[in-house]
Amino acid sequence: MLELSARDRRRRVTNVIAIGALCVLGFLAITPLFFIFSYLILRGWGGLSLDFFLEIPKPVGEEGGGMANAISGSLVLLSLTAAFGVPIGMLCGIALSELKNSFTARVLRVAVDLLTSVPSIVIGLFAYAVIVVPMKGYSAWAGGFALSIVTVPIVARSTEEILKLVPRTVHEAGLALGIPRYKVLLRLILPGVRSGILTGVLLAMARVSGETAPLLFTAFSNSFGFRGLSSPTASLPVQIYTYATSHDETWRQLAWTGALVLVFVVFCLNLLTRFLVRKS
Amino acid sequence: MALDVSPEFNQKTGMGNLDGQNLEVEQKQIALETQKLSAWFGDHHVVKEISLSVEKNDVFALIGPSGCGKSTFIRCLNRLHEEGEGARVSGDVLIQGIGKSGGRENIYRSGVDPVSVRRRIGMVFQKPNPFPGLSIFENVASGLRLAQVVRRSVLEEVVETSLKQAALWDEVKDKLKKPGTSLSGGQQQRLCIARALAVRPQILLMDEPTSALDPISTARIEELVMKLRGEVTVMIVTHNMQQAARISSQTAFFLMGELVEVGPTNRIFTKPKESKTEQYITGRFG
Repeated sequence: MLELSARDRRRRVTNVIAIGALCVLGFLAITPLFFIFSYLILRGWGGLSLDFFLEIPKPVGEEGGGMANAISGSLVLLSLTAAFGVPIGMLCGIALSELKNSFTARVLRVAVDLLTSVPSIVIGLFAYAVIVVPMKGYSAWAGGFALSIVTVPIVARSTEEILKLVPRTVHEAGLALGIPRYKVLLRLILPGVRSGILTGVLLAMARVSGETAPLLFTAFSNSFGFRGLSSPTASLPVQIYTYATSHDETWRQLAWTGALVLVFVVFCLNLLTRFLVRKS
Repeated sequence: MALDVSPEFNQKTGMGNLDGQNLEVEQKQIALETQKLSAWFGDHHVVKEISLSVEKNDVFALIGPSGCGKSTFIRCLNRLHEEGEGARVSGDVLIQGIGKSGGRENIYRSGVDPVSVRRRIGMVFQKPNPFPGLSIFENVASGLRLAQVVRRSVLEEVVETSLKQAALWDEVKDKLKKPGTSLSGGQQQRLCIARALAVRPQILLMDEPTSALDPISTARIEELVMKLRGEVTVMIVTHNMQQAARISSQTAFFLMGELVEVGPTNRIFTKPKESKTEQYITGRFG
């Protein structure tokens, strides 16, 4: 038998205390998530019905109504972001990884990092100045533009990181076969990292689907549903913000349910990215 | 030019698949000649004014201790060195021209597109590097498909011949659709050789192709190289002196970026002219 010395015993006690402390802290970190989820389900579940997805809001005082306008609006805004912000971000990421450490790449990388840290309300103001003012009105264009600016740096950096993981030797193998550089990239490198890039894109979409500030004075809101890209367009976060601060009970219920739906969508996007990461 | 046709050389090649009689009437052609080829990484002069020539359809080995510039040298021969950051090359590399004229062409002449050079000079790397996400078939076909215009029927034929040449066909013929990365390391390297051969290069450069492989896979690659003699010019960089002795008919010894000695493999390993070569092959340094 090996006897435990006093020092060994002290070490064991310290170990137990440290592990205990880590467990408590870990638990504390996920508590808010647990409360948010349970509270949203508690308050929002009751308002969940087919009407919520299909009906537009009723005027103050009337019962019923839904958030069809905000849901369709959010889809429109996210589509615009996917159509403009995502490809620009991807091209930017590809440029960063191809130009490696050249002067241009270093400048671009700093610019992208700065853009990531610009508060989203400022991006909203910028979109207001360059789109809303000249177009003389709020529009889906302006909202999509603002969300695209939020997306570009996220997608750019994730694309760059993924491309960096491709070994240099794969590039060289392609070049050594006499394949032009652009084809090496488009036909040999990119197909291999498709799911990785898609993961970054989905995370970016999850992030912007909850953005409120850039939309407040760009896409603004409406209560009728989608009326074209040049008209004010509702979105879930803005609608939630408006209704949650209103005095109407029905509207506040809609806000709770809207929040539940939004969180659920973001949660699903995150799960999907997990799944993609595991697959690749 | 170090075209050595000493009696020993005749004897050496006589043991291979060329019989001595033929050799005397056949004029040996030069597949590649470097003239004062130098290469730099930034300010670091890694390859210093190398001039040597390689016979057509022969196996030419480059030996020397790590960091002696042999890999960089070979990467200059398909203009891959210049792709690195801060990389620079000077000097000339002449290869046999194609077409009727048959004259020699300088791959570093201004106006020459590196892409067209690389279509004629293939390369196999130290670590097997199949394209991720591509099937075995697509890996072999990639060079033809992406660098040239080829019909599907031709493609299938070329993939089969190339895989047979690389002694991999029997192992993969039933799973051509499987990803190239699903193969073992040795198989992957043979896949890379098949991929390089599929574009029918005049010259095949091999940069320590067996250093990441086990002895059995190494033996298979060596067999393969010996079989390729007579069909394609092979230049192989190796750390392994026995390997150079086994498979090459000419050997060049590099040290600190300089060419110390070049000649028939037999002579380099038995009667080296330079004392540095002797010290290296007898294991006194390196």
